[in-house]
Amino acid sequence: MHPVRKQRLIIVLCVVLFSSAAVGLMAYALRGNINLFFPPAEVAAGKAPVGQPIRVGGMVVEGSVQRSEDSLHVRFEVTDYQARVPIVYEGILPDLFGEGQGAVAAGVLDDQGVLQATEVLAKHDENYMPPEVAEALEKSKAQMKGANMTKGQGE
Amino acid sequence: MAPRLKLFLPLILFAVLALFLFRGLSLDPRAMPSALIDKPFPVFSLPALESGETLDRSLLLGKVSLVNIWATWCISCRVEHPYLNQLTEAGIHIVGVNYKDDDESAKRWLADLGNPYSINIVDAAGNLGLDLGVYGAPETYFVDAEGVIRYRHVGVIDERVWRSKLAAIYAEIGGELPPSLAGAGS
Amino acid sequence: MIPEFGHFALIVALCLAVLLASVPLWGAWRRNTGAMALAPGLAMGLLVFSGISFACLAVAFLQDDFSVEVVANNSNSLLPAIYKFSAVWGNHEGSLLLWILILAVWTAAVATFSRQLPLLVLSRVLAVMGFVAVGFLSFSLLTSNPFARLIPGTPADGQDLNPLLQDPGLIIHPPLLYMGYVGFSVAFAFAIAALLGGRLDASWARWSRPWTNIAWAFLTLGIMLGSWWAYYELGWGGWWFWDPVENASFMPWLAGTALIHSLAVTEKRGLFKSWTVLLAIFAFSLSLLGTFLVRSGVLTSVHAFATDPARGLFILVFLAIVVGGSLTLYALRAPAVNSRVSFAWLSRETLLLVNNVVFLVATLTVLFGTLFPLLMDALGQGKYSVGPPYFNAVFVPLMALLVPFMGLGPVSRWKRDSAQRWKAELLLPAIAALACGLTLPLLHGEYNLWVALALVLAGWLLLGLGRDVWLRLRAAPTLARGLRRTPASYWGMVVAHLGFAACVVGVVATSQYSIERDLKMEAGQAETLAGYRFEFVELANFRGPNFRADEARFVVTRDGEEIARLAPQKRRYLASNQIMTEAAIDAGLFRDLFIAMGEPVGQGGAWAIRLHYKPMVRWMWLGAILMAVGGFITVVDKRYRRQRAASTASAGEVARGAQA
Repeated sequence: MHPVRKQRLIIVLCVVLFSSAAVGLMAYALRGNINLFFPPAEVAAGKAPVGQPIRVGGMVVEGSVQRSEDSLHVRFEVTDYQARVPIVYEGILPDLFGEGQGAVAAGVLDDQGVLQATEVLAKHDENYMPPEVAEALEKSKAQMKGANMTKGQGE
Repeated sequence: MAPRLKLFLPLILFAVLALFLFRGLSLDPRAMPSALIDKPFPVFSLPALESGETLDRSLLLGKVSLVNIWATWCISCRVEHPYLNQLTEAGIHIVGVNYKDDDESAKRWLADLGNPYSINIVDAAGNLGLDLGVYGAPETYFVDAEGVIRYRHVGVIDERVWRSKLAAIYAEIGGELPPSLAGAGS
Repeated sequence: MIPEFGHFALIVALCLAVLLASVPLWGAWRRNTGAMALAPGLAMGLLVFSGISFACLAVAFLQDDFSVEVVANNSNSLLPAIYKFSAVWGNHEGSLLLWILILAVWTAAVATFSRQLPLLVLSRVLAVMGFVAVGFLSFSLLTSNPFARLIPGTPADGQDLNPLLQDPGLIIHPPLLYMGYVGFSVAFAFAIAALLGGRLDASWARWSRPWTNIAWAFLTLGIMLGSWWAYYELGWGGWWFWDPVENASFMPWLAGTALIHSLAVTEKRGLFKSWTVLLAIFAFSLSLLGTFLVRSGVLTSVHAFATDPARGLFILVFLAIVVGGSLTLYALRAPAVNSRVSFAWLSRETLLLVNNVVFLVATLTVLFGTLFPLLMDALGQGKYSVGPPYFNAVFVPLMALLVPFMGLGPVSRWKRDSAQRWKAELLLPAIAALACGLTLPLLHGEYNLWVALALVLAGWLLLGLGRDVWLRLRAAPTLARGLRRTPASYWGMVVAHLGFAACVVGVVATSQYSIERDLKMEAGQAETLAGYRFEFVELANFRGPNFRADEARFVVTRDGEEIARLAPQKRRYLASNQIMTEAAIDAGLFRDLFIAMGEPVGQGGAWAIRLHYKPMVRWMWLGAILMAVGGFITVVDKRYRRQRAASTASAGEVARGAQA
């Protein structure tokens, strides 16, 4: 074999080996570090896995936010107007978090059906809503029988 | 010509990627039609801005209406306002939903810029907006004489959008279209 | 009137860009010198008119002309003047105009500084850049006109600039970032011109190398500023989030890093020619892809602009034309015949090849992670998000793999080197690095393996470079002559590699040693963190030009000695009613102290407070600055100037003739 060609072959082999190692690493890293979004209705229906990282989002139910008096413990509920999911979080909430606003929480669902959140994201610009939340709300509305369902929250 | 073919590999990969990106564009959440299309307008019981009397959905029965979600904090609403005035002058029935707003500034706004609305529903808490699935203002719902939502327009209504698209929809759901507002195609 | 004037200037700029994209190219095809010689003049015209257009928008902002929609949406009469100016690019329309202006600056710079190029090449390069300008100008004019008016219906006051953007870092972050992004269009244009001309030799690499280095240096600075801004302005002490928009700027940087190294091989040894061309296309394509991701709304991010599918479609089509077109050209014109030049296994070529492979794989893993949610959504698999752990898990090993080779690189020789020589020169540095790296973490108290590894790697880079510099200088008769004889590009490399080493140390030390605590605190309370005592002295009200704030005043002491007075704020901006956390930071070379306010807790005036102790976090940004400085230094290399002096008179003459 021509030496140049042989060298090329070896380079190609090395690159292929290295790339497959990288792909393997990626697949491994991906497995533990992606999380799927679930609307509250699906969580309530038991479709969300318990003990795995997931994200849950919806509107923060008015009057549901309870802050502890002496720690940074917060409990609130999010809803897609079909079901509510209680979320507990320890730490500082983002600036844009508020009742009646869209929020997404990432964390692990415990066997009580409470999301133990490690991260809470919020965005309350009137012209913007996290797309997952918007879509979940849309879907939830589509499933409503007619439009005469009462609101799932206090006025 | 194997070596030559090899050089096409990046192009092919890019084509696949571009396809996904194109698909991604159409998945845009903001482009979604309302789930309430062809459903009755949600039940509500809210005060009127001008008189304070309680309004409900019977307000929308009997004639084709445009329900326009607006607020004084919404810059784009200001953009479409003059055109709404024109629509009203030409005889189109527009109902306003004053969304998450303050009554006083809303009244001042209407006094300053003209009032295109036959009546304004005050939705200070944004609950009607939630029932409608409003993302942001302005949005306009086309409601037929039976009080059923037939179309939802997200964003500003101006002459271009009206003539190219909305006029036809308005006529289709039974609205009487004055000749001055006829669409481009009709 | 001024906005209309700006709009008109933008249209003129588009016309000039169309001419620039077509006439010189036609001239190059027909060998019409007159047509080709028009290119530099048109490039200047493009700069003038996009400059006028940009200035008009800036004037509209500074004069509070709220009849202009973008001004009404992104400014406010209370906004300080400097932010009124930076608000020009704090929105989609204006930032696009900045993109265009910077593209025009680069085009004009190529036209000015590359007069020595053969006219044929220069005209093609400028035409390609003109073509890119056509795309962005029509994008601006057709989908995002910055001069759209709100008449009638001019509001009395504007909506205000997003408070997150009201910050000194954000004044220069976008311009620097765009200088980098757009700068890769020069390398791209040179590559396309080379493909068009069918002459893919070492000369195009030499021509495009300084441009690529400058663009890369700007991009490095831009990314660094973005990270710094996120650190102090987003309020939570993070400095890199692997957010899609960050990735959008990071991917071109990774590809660009591969490119500047591969260009070195192509210039010096005439190897990897088609590979380098592909990388040049790749780097610029990723810049365009970044633009697409940020402006189309296909991915969500904290700093994406408002989403608009129509805009997304436009960029996608443009992306398809530019990238698809250039890759087709590449497939048709790149030399399929492999070069006959060979190199031995132990040589600088191999090491640079390793660099290229590592950076390319890193780019692809980041690209994959960024687009993964989109792919899954497109395949109907649900809404996924890919978290930072993924990126860290793939990225850290890649970089760790890179550094051992990186230490060998500068010492190694082209073509053929020997293991004996490497051993002779680098055994000492290797042992020293190992010893330092393994012992230094002991100073900190608890031993941390990651920090030890980072120190070993950084020490390896540092000492290897030191050894090489010393060998070079020793070879010269006097130190002064040695310094003079060493080319600037070498110093640039040394500085940039040192910067990389500093960056590695900073990133690892701050990730491993940071202490972060969220607490409920009220005035009078104190908390000790890493030996620093944070005392919450009082809560006060503060009134800024366009906001009100609650301010928590802290005194930080160490062993009874006052270190700093810090006053983080919780601001409420008056026009938009937005809440913003303004962190207070005491910066130092070896540690940062960081305080941010959360929200009030309970009724008693207590607040949620976040305290951070962040060791060596500055090293990361200083390292990035060094890398950028290195990139800039390479450009003053005599090699490129000599080439200018030796330029063919005819080409230069013609270009100058067109200028006059």
